[in-house]
Amino acid sequence: MPKAESLIFELSRPGRGATAQYPAAGAEADVPAAFRRRRRPPLPEVSELQAVRHYTRLSQLNFGIDTHFYPLGSCTMKYNPRACNSLAMLPGFLGRHPLAPTSTGQGVLACLFELQEMLKHVTGMAGVSLTPMAGAQGEFAGVAMIRAYHRARGDHARNEIIVPDAAHGTNPATATMCGMKVREIPTLADGDVDLAALEAALSPATAGIMLTNPSTLGVFERRIVEIARKVHAAGGLLYYDGANLNAILGKVRPGDMGFDVIHMNLHKTFSTPHGGGGPGCGAVGVGQRLLPHMPLPVVGREGDGYRWLDERDLPASIGRLSGFMGNTGVLLRAWVYMRILGAAGMRRVSEYSTLNANYLLARLREAGFEAAYPGRRASHEFIVTLKREARELGVTAMDFAKRLLDHGYHAPTTYFPLLVPECLLIEPTESETREELDGFVDALAAIRHEAATDAATVKAAPHTMPVRRLDDVRAARQLDVAWKPVTA
Amino acid sequence: MLDRIGAGSIDDLFDEIPPALRIDALPGVPEALPEMDVARLAGARATGDGLPLNFIGAGAYEHHIPAPVWALVTRGEIYSAYTPYQAEASQGTLQIMYEYQSMIAGLTAMDVSNASLYDGASALAEACLMAVRAHRRSKSARILVPATVNPTWRRVAEVITEGQGLKLEVLPYDPATGCVDAKALARFAGEDITAIVVQQPNFFGQLEDADGLTRWARANGALVIAAVNPVALALVAPPGEWGDGGADIAVGDAQPFGVPLSSGGPYVGFMACRMEHVRQMPGRIAGRTVDTEGKPGFTLTLQAREQHIRRAKATSNICTNQGLLMTAATIHLALLGPTGLERVARACLARTAELVAALTQVPGVRAAFAGPRFHEAVLRLDRPAGPVLEALAAEGIVGGLDLARDFPEFGNALLVCATETRNSADIETYARALARVLGRAAAA
Repeated sequence: MPKAESLIFELSRPGRGATAQYPAAGAEADVPAAFRRRRRPPLPEVSELQAVRHYTRLSQLNFGIDTHFYPLGSCTMKYNPRACNSLAMLPGFLGRHPLAPTSTGQGVLACLFELQEMLKHVTGMAGVSLTPMAGAQGEFAGVAMIRAYHRARGDHARNEIIVPDAAHGTNPATATMCGMKVREIPTLADGDVDLAALEAALSPATAGIMLTNPSTLGVFERRIVEIARKVHAAGGLLYYDGANLNAILGKVRPGDMGFDVIHMNLHKTFSTPHGGGGPGCGAVGVGQRLLPHMPLPVVGREGDGYRWLDERDLPASIGRLSGFMGNTGVLLRAWVYMRILGAAGMRRVSEYSTLNANYLLARLREAGFEAAYPGRRASHEFIVTLKREARELGVTAMDFAKRLLDHGYHAPTTYFPLLVPECLLIEPTESETREELDGFVDALAAIRHEAATDAATVKAAPHTMPVRRLDDVRAARQLDVAWKPVTA
Repeated sequence: MLDRIGAGSIDDLFDEIPPALRIDALPGVPEALPEMDVARLAGARATGDGLPLNFIGAGAYEHHIPAPVWALVTRGEIYSAYTPYQAEASQGTLQIMYEYQSMIAGLTAMDVSNASLYDGASALAEACLMAVRAHRRSKSARILVPATVNPTWRRVAEVITEGQGLKLEVLPYDPATGCVDAKALARFAGEDITAIVVQQPNFFGQLEDADGLTRWARANGALVIAAVNPVALALVAPPGEWGDGGADIAVGDAQPFGVPLSSGGPYVGFMACRMEHVRQMPGRIAGRTVDTEGKPGFTLTLQAREQHIRRAKATSNICTNQGLLMTAATIHLALLGPTGLERVARACLARTAELVAALTQVPGVRAAFAGPRFHEAVLRLDRPAGPVLEALAAEGIVGGLDLARDFPEFGNALLVCATETRNSADIETYARALARVLGRAAAA
């Protein structure tokens, strides 16, 4: 990898600029003096080539799916087909103002309507709203709808959300944002939810439960029907965290499992880009009970045309979550992906991602690594625990992760879920070849061998990246989060 | 591969799913299409939507996007990377975050910025929640939101903050100026108000007395949440310099920096604040530190605020930032620099003045407010705006936003916008079409 790159501000020289990008000169308009800015903003002054070279070089300091195997568990780092990007960026879609009359947007609305319909069928839900801008916002919408449902029935005592200890941190954070209390329940040694603990947690205060299935432990919750029955009998609703929807696409549907509301991470299952941390998209699907409460807007069909349904159409909606219609460009990418894949392709997604995960797990166990849930099938991801390596060799999951970078593999998710010590959560996705998976096994085996013979090298990894391990404590204590111009 | 697993078939790999739940087809989902067929379908729909001449802003603005921006943003190393959890293999993303944070902090004249939030509306909601956390002495959780703040942003803030008991109270505007009514504000003096929101320029495009509002807040113990258009900040005083001591939190949408209108998103919310509030700020933050050899490098920092560490006690449930759009904004600003951005802002001012002058020449059209504005204006019409806009759309012109729903008190009114992308010929085309549409209706 290339070496470090200067800050754009350090390349700046007064008077330099990408002048072709400026509008034509001539307009000398200004705001009245009382409103005026006194000092020019400290932005860089560089040529167009300098900017292009700088950001090209910065990109080369990254691992991405296009350059490296990226088995980041729970993130579904699959191939992002290029067509999804180029078609979402057609000028007619890209140049359209969101508030332009819908008569000028029937094409984009047709795509979004089809996407809503496809997502409904894939999840077995009664309605879909595309507006939440990320998984966490989809979760927010889901819990807000659960709250609205209980309130609409005059059931004001329900203010608790049950969350298994294996859940993503967003689940409890979302419940809190919605003004709910969080009740955490434990997971059994085999990875399933502790039903006795669930029963003890259920009460007239139960608003609902948030579950990921397959769970973040990489296993399918086998007693989901029983869980749904118990929660419903207690008057609560079931929320499905769609983080792992990729594992079950076309095999089983959350709606059939008994879930009342679901969010889908379109940037995972439906392959819209992760973009270095966003944009995401957290479309929500709902069962009959929550249909009136869906977030706005939703695309509706009227005769041959489409329009946005708003507060007049859904007066009991929880309301709006974004300035316009959510992340439309992301939705268009998901639409392209789903149309290219089709129904049979979607089933292949869950089949090959599950095949890849189980193959990788089998190979790693042959190589002597310990599965966290050895008695279970892997879903599209699985957990390896390195507690033995940590104890015997003094080399942690973090050390393995860092050394993997030197072998040309992005590290799996480390130290999540929190209940498995020294864990790697590994999700290969359906996009990878067998050769890639074999290479990854060889790399992990080589690192373990190295750990036994030369632990210091592993503990000091990475050795080939632009930087060595970074001082996170210093980053937090001596906070440097913005470049400031040197003032004389 | 199945032999290695010890399974007879792929189907066996799903044997832990209760058989009664399993499906073997996806009725309702169409069959696969080759890429070329999907391209043809998408192309037909996009072409059908056309490329009308746009005069709406209202929170999303059409600006020139330099060609390098998306050529760089869609490089696989940026497009297909994820959250920089492995900092050593993500220095590109992390340094871009740091540069972005520096640019936003510089533009707003605030101490620190996060690495972006979803959009401007949700950023305002997060700012309200943050103000309540940051202002420990205030117990009321009351936030004054002027009616001149983007009404959709206000609604989004209500939806997102309601569960935590915030009370967003609407502050009326002066119908003569289209700005916050100072007399109405004075009635809140001495009360426990957690924060006041000041949008600059406001939803009508008018420039608020941000200095006066900030001084009032200081005198009355309230925090100031600035909601600003980032292009305007090239010319207009930044939140960090408002009143005596500046705003506490500044938010907005950085969509005008390299992010296409794209039928509504994805955009990119920004948030900056005073250093004293940084531990209450939601969202990712990149920090500069050193590696084990003392070389500078970048990492995510202050993660103890975030959901994956703090769970139910996190500052927000947000996980992602708008990485790709934040990258577009950063590259866009690097290309424009201070001179280019100032030129864009001056051109916006000039084009809007030209637009208002041209349209108010048309009989039946007049400007609602006289005071200083940036690149938007409210125009009153002598008849309902809806049919006028439909008639204009039929001529390929998106003529503005009908204000009838959000501001019925205007009667018939339009919110119009012109950025540097509208030239004199465009403005003349619009004025002639409007005259035709209004004249035709008058004759009928």
